Amino acid sequence: MRDLKFSEAIREAQSQMLADDPNVLLMGLGVPGPTGIFGTSSGLQEQFGSDRVIDTPSSENAMTGVALGASVLGKRPIMVHMRVDFAVLSMEPIVNQAAKWHYMYGGKMRAPIVIRMIIGRGWGQGPQHSQSLQSWFAHVPGLKVVMPARPLDAKGMIISAVRDDAPVVIFEHRWLYNLSGPVPEEITPTPLEGAQVLRQGKDITIAATSYMVIEALKAAEELQKIGVDAEVIDLRCLTPIDTYTLDASLKKTGYLVVADTGQEACGIAAEVISQVAQKSFTHLKGAPKCVTLPHIPTPTSPALADHFYPDYRDLMTAAHSALDLQVPLPPALPQKSQWRDIPDPSFTGPY
Amino acid sequence: MTHIKQMNDVRAALLKTMVLIRRAEQRISDLYSEYEMRCPTHLCSGQEGICAGISHALDTKDMVFSGHRSHGHYIAKGGDLRSMFAELYGKQTGCAAGKGGSQHLIDIDCGFMGAAPILSSTISVGVGAAWSSKLDGLDQVVVVYFGDGATEEGVFHESANFAAVHKLPVLFVCENNLYSVHSALDVRQPERPISAFGDAHGMDSALVDGNDAIAVHEVARVAVERARRGLGPTLIEATTYRYFEHCGPNEDINLGYRTASEADAWREQDPITRIKDQLSENLFSEIVSSSDLVIENAVEFAKASPFPELDQLYKHVLPGG
Repeated sequence: MRDLKFSEAIREAQSQMLADDPNVLLMGLGVPGPTGIFGTSSGLQEQFGSDRVIDTPSSENAMTGVALGASVLGKRPIMVHMRVDFAVLSMEPIVNQAAKWHYMYGGKMRAPIVIRMIIGRGWGQGPQHSQSLQSWFAHVPGLKVVMPARPLDAKGMIISAVRDDAPVVIFEHRWLYNLSGPVPEEITPTPLEGAQVLRQGKDITIAATSYMVIEALKAAEELQKIGVDAEVIDLRCLTPIDTYTLDASLKKTGYLVVADTGQEACGIAAEVISQVAQKSFTHLKGAPKCVTLPHIPTPTSPALADHFYPDYRDLMTAAHSALDLQVPLPPALPQKSQWRDIPDPSFTGPY
Repeated sequence: MTHIKQMNDVRAALLKTMVLIRRAEQRISDLYSEYEMRCPTHLCSGQEGICAGISHALDTKDMVFSGHRSHGHYIAKGGDLRSMFAELYGKQTGCAAGKGGSQHLIDIDCGFMGAAPILSSTISVGVGAAWSSKLDGLDQVVVVYFGDGATEEGVFHESANFAAVHKLPVLFVCENNLYSVHSALDVRQPERPISAFGDAHGMDSALVDGNDAIAVHEVARVAVERARRGLGPTLIEATTYRYFEHCGPNEDINLGYRTASEADAWREQDPITRIKDQLSENLFSEIVSSSDLVIENAVEFAKASPFPELDQLYKHVLPGG
């Protein structure tokens, strides 16, 4: 299997779905533009025409209703928001309408829309360009919410979402976009339910969402240096949380650290712990730990943002504390740049 | 003779504001590659004629609300340059204590009430400020700046409606620079002036060449006077063009979404050149050197300022905290 970047996998999924089904549409401000939503829609208007791949006005609220209306008549629109924060303007048609269209009309209506929301981070994205609001949407019955962490899931989930008759919200973390991984060339759906164990371990379970999966895998490698064998679960799908995979893992390990890209309060990490407490209580040998954003808006200054975002070290500290280890943690890996506000040296703002 | 002198005083004042904005942003553009200003930064070079013209029709007590491209609005209203640069550098001495960056400038003392990058989000807030001010019988006018893209948001129309019904002292200033990020106006809106929304919402409106600071100033003066007399809001559409990329320190003609000939044609209509040519060369040089002094002072201040300490991270979440 060849490797693709996360962003390339998204582009390929959309391209293949546009080719596969004439009802698929792609829309959003900047979709046909020269930078093509960080490369994820580049060239698609040229390939599939300006009827099906469209730029939109800056009208998130109305355009979501428009997508819903088109989907009611059989279209399969994919809407893109360059930042989650802009999608907040479309809460009404998502929460009151699309999520309920099927239920409140007694199953007579369908709202097969796909809404891609990109979580910004780094280079001072600040309070209004970096929110991670997945729990808002996962809270609403009638929506499916997924957070791919690997390129093949990014592709597979878009395929499944387009074919699904329910509205699906896909959260894509900007810091995943440049990461590569194997992606099948064929149309290969990833189910919209179910977590995935990415690393087997017997001592502690680290369950993570989205970009925190990358930090979790890194933490697991580092924990191995002090003899801790961590299992890493990519939660992937939030509606519902996969309690079966968690239960099987906790049966082995008995300890849990949950990492999410959002805040803890009323959030995904809290939901995971609630589910575990209800369904896997007897497996637990100690209190679960959350590694999430502190309960404050994102600060812009790099001097503050560096303290705001948790990383693999925080996961290691949480695991260390959960297991009540006596051995010290290994030294931190060398930092590649002065600030931790970029995922790699090629990411030099303004985005 | 007196009239000519008055006109020249206005020109000189407008020129001074525009040059300060232009030079400050050029400095940002030059320094950005040091990677020390680590925040998204939307430069307004080319568009200075609008905020200069508007602000010179305002008093200090009047208020301004803005969006993502706010440096010019802030400086024209008299915002402190040192704390603006410090904010861009993420420093504790910044106007938002490093919490906001370029997209969230604020200087309440001069009436610059805040800026936010979500399209149209401060329009309704500005209308609310005008409402409060009117309820309290304060003689304050509110300017809300936004781009052509923001007029596609429902909240713009909802706010305009409310302001018109209550005859609030608001200037809705639409800086139409033809692009929302990279998306051209003609794929987003039909062919009609944005100023036509004024009629639709029952308020006065004007369509003005935004690169003619004198013309903007004249339109603003009339609108401000009407607002102060209780005659309600005005929608001003000012046409203009940005020279730099949507976000960042570089030009972006290479991206291909707009042409070099289009940019060149707008540069022929540069708002600074158009006024500068009517004044003496000496005066222009003096303005440039005095601006540069202020800017260098601000840059030095910003660079020398400390970063916020860790305890600042949790501060300001709620009042009192």
